[in-house]
Amino acid sequence: MRSKLTTRLITLLFFILPFLSMAGGEKGAETDIKSEIKAYIQHHLEDTYDFGLWSYTTDEGVHEYIGFPLPVILWDNGLQVFSSSKFHHGESVAHVGDAHYKLDHGKIYKTDAEGTITYDETHHATNVKPLDLSITKNVFTIMIVSLLLFFVFSRMAKTYKSSSIPSGIGRILEPIVLYVRDDIAIPNIGKKHYKRYMSYLLTVFFFVWTINLLGLTPLGINVTNNIAVTFCLAMLTYLITTFTAKKDYWMHIFWMPGVPKLMRLVLAPIELLGTFIKPFSLMIRLYANITAGHIVLMSLIGLMFIFKSWLGSSLSFVLAFGLGILELLVAALQAYIFTMLSALYFGSAVEEHDHDHAH
Amino acid sequence: MEKLIEQFSLGLFFWQLLLFVGLVLLLKKFAWKPILDAVETRESDIKDAISAAADAKKDMENLQADNQKLLKEARAEREAMLKEARELKNTMIESAKTEAKEEASKLVAHAQAAIESEKKAAIADLKSVVAELSISIAETVVREELSDKSKQEKLVESMLKDATLN
Repeated sequence: MRSKLTTRLITLLFFILPFLSMAGGEKGAETDIKSEIKAYIQHHLEDTYDFGLWSYTTDEGVHEYIGFPLPVILWDNGLQVFSSSKFHHGESVAHVGDAHYKLDHGKIYKTDAEGTITYDETHHATNVKPLDLSITKNVFTIMIVSLLLFFVFSRMAKTYKSSSIPSGIGRILEPIVLYVRDDIAIPNIGKKHYKRYMSYLLTVFFFVWTINLLGLTPLGINVTNNIAVTFCLAMLTYLITTFTAKKDYWMHIFWMPGVPKLMRLVLAPIELLGTFIKPFSLMIRLYANITAGHIVLMSLIGLMFIFKSWLGSSLSFVLAFGLGILELLVAALQAYIFTMLSALYFGSAVEEHDHDHAH
Repeated sequence: MEKLIEQFSLGLFFWQLLLFVGLVLLLKKFAWKPILDAVETRESDIKDAISAAADAKKDMENLQADNQKLLKEARAEREAMLKEARELKNTMIESAKTEAKEEASKLVAHAQAAIESEKKAAIADLKSVVAELSISIAETVVREELSDKSKQEKLVESMLKDATLN
């Protein structure tokens, strides 16, 4: 009975569909929307100097931005601090003292008073780029997340003072903390050394997870798809691995035991390269996964506006909804993988072998 | 790749490094260390409690076993004591009996010996009395006999007769 009704509804939809899509409007507007969506996605993937929540175009064709400006900090013959509202979202030149700055493709360039930007053949701006330490949207988000994590976990730590069982949010977080300890740190690093790495592993796990989750909110936050962020995290993993490594670790790189002498010479550069490739893969993996997720999710949401038909739009809604749920999983999964692999590398750094056994 | 390098923002890297390292250090001091320490203490407490409970159970079992053993021992001891007492009684009776018997036979023997010796003494007394009597009789008889010659001869004759007969 029920399936019959569904079949009828689908048939009905197929009949109505052409009319609905016809109602969608002219061809010109459609390509306009396409390019607009593309630009929007591109814009979303970039860092910005203000915390924009959303923007819209009024009937008069004026762009309205909802959000708040953030401080711009430049080092250009002395410290320059001013509000990003001076850029008017890249539309005007910021005059700070004697200097003039303009936004071009999301980067700040030093210009003359008129804001002239010159380009070379490859369409790269040739203007001077001052050292930019601005509190951008991503930096602001990192600050908020850091504060949030510090607030939540220091409060959780305090609840242990009165009883050995945490109260409040600690009840949810404690199993996760213990999961990181018992299923990530101890199996990969070993009971003897894992304690030294716990702070880093826990912080990385919760930081990446929280920031990935925030990326799925409609706030348009997008931190882990900046290569600078993932590079920083991967670099820390590399540095910790390198500086806590024991003799055995270096031995296995430069003078691999258990293989012929000649092979050791061949293996050394490969192994050395491997130590860089490992954190490099960490960096790319996190970056690519989150970027891809955001692009696909936003494209699917954009498709709803391109289709403008009941079937197409609802289909892309269902897809976007499904993918959104998948991204929730990916957010946790990427945090897990990053922590897990970091722990694995730390484990290899402190591993103790019995020499000279065959490998 | 080129796009990635171009996208790399030094400012973001700087802030991320600063904030993240700061976060790690702060959380280490104010969160991870107290949390992990508390959890560890709790875990070791639980472990201790469990092992203590197991120990207590073991102790209980041991105690029970000891009690059982003691009870058994006490029972066995009582048995043994009873048995011993019974045996003692029997041996006492036995020994008393034999002693009594011995004493009695000794007494009898004594009595017999006494009787014997009394008898002997009596006989000896009797003998000596009879001898005295017979001597005095013989004296009086002899005196009478000797008062008359014929009689004297007759006596000697009978005496001789007797002597030959013996």
